[in-house]
Amino acid sequence: MSWEQFVQYLMTGLTAGCIYALVGLGFTIVYAVTGIINFAQGEFVMLGGMISYELAVSAGMPLWPAVLLSVLIAAAVGALLYVLGIRPARKASLVSLIIITIGASILIRGVAGELWGKNPVRPPAFSGEEALQILGARIQPQAIWIIGATFVIMIILHVFFAYTMMGKALKASSVSRLGAGLVGIDTRMMALAGFCLAAMLGGIAGVITAPLTTTSYSMGAMLGVKGFVAAAIGGFKSQLAAVVGGIAIGIIESFVVAANWGPFTSNYKDAIALIVLLVILLVRSGRIASEERAS
Amino acid sequence: MPSLGKKRWTYLVLFLGLLLLVLIPFRWFLGQYTVLAIFIGIYAMVTVGLCLLMGYTGQASLGQAAYFGIGAYTSAILSKTYDVNPWLAMLAAAVATGIIAYAIGYPIFRLRGNYLAMATLGLGLIVYVLFRELNQYTGGPDGMGGIPPLSIGGLSFNTPFKIYYLVWVFCLAVLFLSQNIVKSRVGRALRAINGSEAAAESVGINISQFKIKVFILSAVYASLAGSLFVHHMRFVSPSPFDVMASVMLVVMAVVGGLASIWGAIFGTAAVRILSDEVLLRFGNWDIIAYGLILIVVMVFTPQGLFVGLKDAYERWKASHVRAHLE
Repeated sequence: MSWEQFVQYLMTGLTAGCIYALVGLGFTIVYAVTGIINFAQGEFVMLGGMISYELAVSAGMPLWPAVLLSVLIAAAVGALLYVLGIRPARKASLVSLIIITIGASILIRGVAGELWGKNPVRPPAFSGEEALQILGARIQPQAIWIIGATFVIMIILHVFFAYTMMGKALKASSVSRLGAGLVGIDTRMMALAGFCLAAMLGGIAGVITAPLTTTSYSMGAMLGVKGFVAAAIGGFKSQLAAVVGGIAIGIIESFVVAANWGPFTSNYKDAIALIVLLVILLVRSGRIASEERAS
Repeated sequence: MPSLGKKRWTYLVLFLGLLLLVLIPFRWFLGQYTVLAIFIGIYAMVTVGLCLLMGYTGQASLGQAAYFGIGAYTSAILSKTYDVNPWLAMLAAAVATGIIAYAIGYPIFRLRGNYLAMATLGLGLIVYVLFRELNQYTGGPDGMGGIPPLSIGGLSFNTPFKIYYLVWVFCLAVLFLSQNIVKSRVGRALRAINGSEAAAESVGINISQFKIKVFILSAVYASLAGSLFVHHMRFVSPSPFDVMASVMLVVMAVVGGLASIWGAIFGTAAVRILSDEVLLRFGNWDIIAYGLILIVVMVFTPQGLFVGLKDAYERWKASHVRAHLE
């Protein structure tokens, strides 16, 4: 593998990994505040991409307002999911809540398929299609947008959780919902905010990635699985681990496909995330077992 | 009718139910629905496993269609390509599925949290890709035909009429086996886990072991159903085993009720009839309908529709009796 190819595959992996990271962040936020794994998380990515195409291309809106509005709509759908699906069922068991998010996920997918058809679409790129030469590799400017946006979001999230009242309240309810309630934090409001924030991250992932990879009504499921694996690396607790994990999965996929070794041709690249997940689960369950023995 | 004891009533209902089941495929009765009833029997085997899994382990599987498919393809490939006896192929498929379920369940059930749904969803996505891409074994997206029927001695199960009885014998066997498991020591352990994991563990129940067993059992049921499915269709292609099929199985289980065995038949029949007779006319709106069913049923009856209705009826009856006494 030449140096140029190496950089090329690295950048491809990094770009895909950033999207997994954003989806993974959404999982960790919802899990932290509510204890629920939100199976509809991948659908928000699809919504962001599809809506930005509908607004920017079909409705002829200028690009930036269209992008902004798409993210807001995705966030609103996240809020709706909480208000209509999760909150009325708060006495239900965890498995019931998870089934509700599964229902929401296929509901969103079905409605998107009916509204916007089943063909993949591609909204316009943010700053042209002319590939840039970076370290000998040809990189689409949209890829730079994706990587840049992910890092900016990381920093904003860090500031949000560490320095703002709202962020601290969210963090408090993720440590202990009961304790947070006792000091006067409205934990239901926090759960709503968590769903909203996670959907917004998904929407952002959708609008920035669709111009590069195209988007279609059914893309959410696989993205959901990969974001989940990213979040599982940190046990749904660490946001940093979710981001590093997501990027790692993207890069591993890219290089495994590049190596074209044995069964791992591009048809099966999606299997890698599952293998990573099983390895994580084995490692984590082994560690828990040994901790139990020690105590 | 107070002269009949409660037990007698149960036997009467059971007898009438069995009579109905035996008579369904006759042309003068409900013969035109024989094929539908075959599918209900096959899918009910998968659903009952899923009901047990969701009710007793508190986790959902989104990969039951994958196990269903592994059963189907293993049976198809062994019996057609390698001329293995179909019954033997069925057994091999069940063993293979059980091993795969163990490999996935072993790490998952030692962890807290809900990893099973996503791991099985991932498995479902991958297995579907394998069915489609492993052309030389599976026939690819077009599928493969010419799969031999099951037979006992000279009796070959090659018409819907005969297959119907074969499928329902299997289905009832699976249901009675499950009923026995639930009522046995294992079942008591499972109910204890359902009540309180800490309490169950403190009396020496190995929780993760039991959960893994339920998971493997549900996978083996799905595999057996898959084998029956291909020997009935005599043809196999990837589409009945995609992730939407897994979601539909969850819909059936949710309508039937978590931890409910007889509800599984009710849920399967209700969803199959809804999808084959009603939703078929509305094109792609069926996915939307399933999504809504999942949300609405879980919001209003978190234990599942069948169980929820049963509880509501019993509450109504109790209040009725009380009002009568006063």
